[in-house]
Amino acid sequence: MTAGTVFVKPSSTLDLVVRGRAQRASRRRLVMGILAASIVVVFAVSLMVGQTLYSPADVMGVLLGRDVSGATFTIGRLRLPRAVLAVVAGLSFGLAGVTFQTMLRNALASPDIIGISAGASAAASFAIVTLSLSGAAVSIFAIVAGLGVALAIYALSYKGGAAGTRLILVGIGIAAMLESVTNYILSRAGQWELQEALRWLTGSLNGTTWPQVLTALIALVVFGPMLLSRAGLLGAMQLGDDTAGALGVRVERTRIIVIFSAVGLIAFATAAAGPIAFVAFLSGPIASRLIGPNGSVLLPASLVGALLVLVADFCGQYAFGTRFPVGVVTGVLGAPYLIYLIVRTNRAGGSL
Amino acid sequence: MTQTIQRPDSGVATVRRPNRVRLLWLIAVLGLLAVLAVTSLVVGSRDVSFDDLLAGLRGSMDNLSQAAVVKRIPRTILAVIVGAALGLSGAVMQGVTRNPLADPSILGVNMGASLAVVTGIAWFGLSTATGYLWAAIAGAAVTAVFVYTIGSLGRGGATPLKLALAGAATSAALVSFITAVALPRGDISANIRSWQIGGVGGASFDSIQPMLPFFVVGCAISLMSARGLNSLALGDDLAASLGERVAVARAFAAVGAVLLCGAATAVAGPIGFVGLVVPHFCRLLVGVDQRWLLPFSALTGACLLVFADVIGRIIARPAELDVGILTALIGAPFFIAIVRRQKVRAL
Repeated sequence: MTAGTVFVKPSSTLDLVVRGRAQRASRRRLVMGILAASIVVVFAVSLMVGQTLYSPADVMGVLLGRDVSGATFTIGRLRLPRAVLAVVAGLSFGLAGVTFQTMLRNALASPDIIGISAGASAAASFAIVTLSLSGAAVSIFAIVAGLGVALAIYALSYKGGAAGTRLILVGIGIAAMLESVTNYILSRAGQWELQEALRWLTGSLNGTTWPQVLTALIALVVFGPMLLSRAGLLGAMQLGDDTAGALGVRVERTRIIVIFSAVGLIAFATAAAGPIAFVAFLSGPIASRLIGPNGSVLLPASLVGALLVLVADFCGQYAFGTRFPVGVVTGVLGAPYLIYLIVRTNRAGGSL
Repeated sequence: MTQTIQRPDSGVATVRRPNRVRLLWLIAVLGLLAVLAVTSLVVGSRDVSFDDLLAGLRGSMDNLSQAAVVKRIPRTILAVIVGAALGLSGAVMQGVTRNPLADPSILGVNMGASLAVVTGIAWFGLSTATGYLWAAIAGAAVTAVFVYTIGSLGRGGATPLKLALAGAATSAALVSFITAVALPRGDISANIRSWQIGGVGGASFDSIQPMLPFFVVGCAISLMSARGLNSLALGDDLAASLGERVAVARAFAAVGAVLLCGAATAVAGPIGFVGLVVPHFCRLLVGVDQRWLLPFSALTGACLLVFADVIGRIIARPAELDVGILTALIGAPFFIAIVRRQKVRAL
């Protein structure tokens, strides 16, 4: 970066570096500001627009706790929890996904591809179909299974240190196995349970209730800061395990804490909203494309995730003739980008 | 650079096997297949006596047991055919990509066939067995070319990691397309689901018959490509210098693999991991010579699928467990074992 300025006075080199940093930091702030603003706007729109249209004044009234006839139920009970869960789940998926991608240094190594979502899904369909559970019990099953599967993948790929590539491939194998378990459970399901399980498996925000939102929110508050505070260590680990160790990162310990927190986020969000396809996968690459190489991508990716889920849910509800669950919309929108990303990653050999 | 992939079993001792040993194994595998086929006719929610078995094989349907045997004949035949097709197609794919992790399900080829069939059912009113076949083969071919192309872009060519990731990611994308196509059509979703779970349980001679020409042609092409695959195993440069037309040999073999895999998927739905497990197992028995490996993979694949079908009938009595579920449960640990055995550098 400074190669061209070797013969210039040292002070002007310093100037260049300082100015470059300031520019990059301001671009980062700008992008994140725009993302946050878009989230607020889409959030507001999804509260106002629907079968019946409410004015911003009505929405504000409900939010402030006033009793507005009709709107209190529609907004307070139906639209608000749904929109809040969209934001919370999006933030969680985005953050956890980009953590995995950064740590494993591969854009394709997101939790939906390496088997963690598959574990949570298999457990949830078991709980719904075989044990006829619902609500919080299903969530607990999904969370425990998500953590267990992550642990199993880590243990199976551990062989004198857990190599990133082996972790990914073992994850793909585990995912295939768990999908067959899910299929088996679904093939034995009764009609009603099948509907319930399928709805859950595609990822849907329909019928969101406050308790669901609350558990996901608590998980985000607990695990989110844990991950964000380790953004610097993750950045060092992107240089490779040996280099990171030489720089003073305790690689294995950091990796375990990071995996635990990220899986926690994924599992709780999945328990509340189902495995919304590709959000964990897409947020990181989109965010890193937006902000460029300017510091940690964790927080921007999280914002991108929230925006994705909000927009996709809104489109799924009103943009098409049929009401699609949010998971189908993100899946179909995400697929072409996914393919573009594989092509690009393979050609460049880059990590994100 | 071309030698980044090392076959897991290419130790000096396993590369060459005396033909006598191979013949013995051939007889053993054929015997095993015969035993499994008879077991498949006998075992089920109603067990059958030997006399009833013979009577049933002659076509008599005097009592329930004999009727059960008659009913189980087509499903056994279908399990043999589909297993052979998948085993052979997996062996050819591993040879073409020179990749120990290649398999129709891992490369997403099964899902490509599924999407084509589901789209056909939903949008084009596809309902005949022949229609399913053509759609599945077209979908399988497009996906195979696609996954291989994006997996081999960039440095190092088609490494196992890149191919597996490209396949897994493409499968994930295809699955969401399948959901999007099937979801708004409540009227046909039961139809699609029953095809997707598939299996060999609902087989009849009518459903097997349209698949047979594809199976025969696919087998013939695959077996004829054995010499070419042997050359390809040396690496592209060496193969070319030995007078092999590398691209032609690869394309020829791939056509065979896609025909087999597409036809199997069209009849029995997506069944995973047979094509992965079987060739590795066969390499232990007969070494890496494709002229022996390919027919062995077909026979062993047939054994595995009949075995999985029988087990599925035994452990879930009186209901049945779909073969695709069982092969995944058997195959995935195997996949992980291969991954663990490979040197990290090779991945």
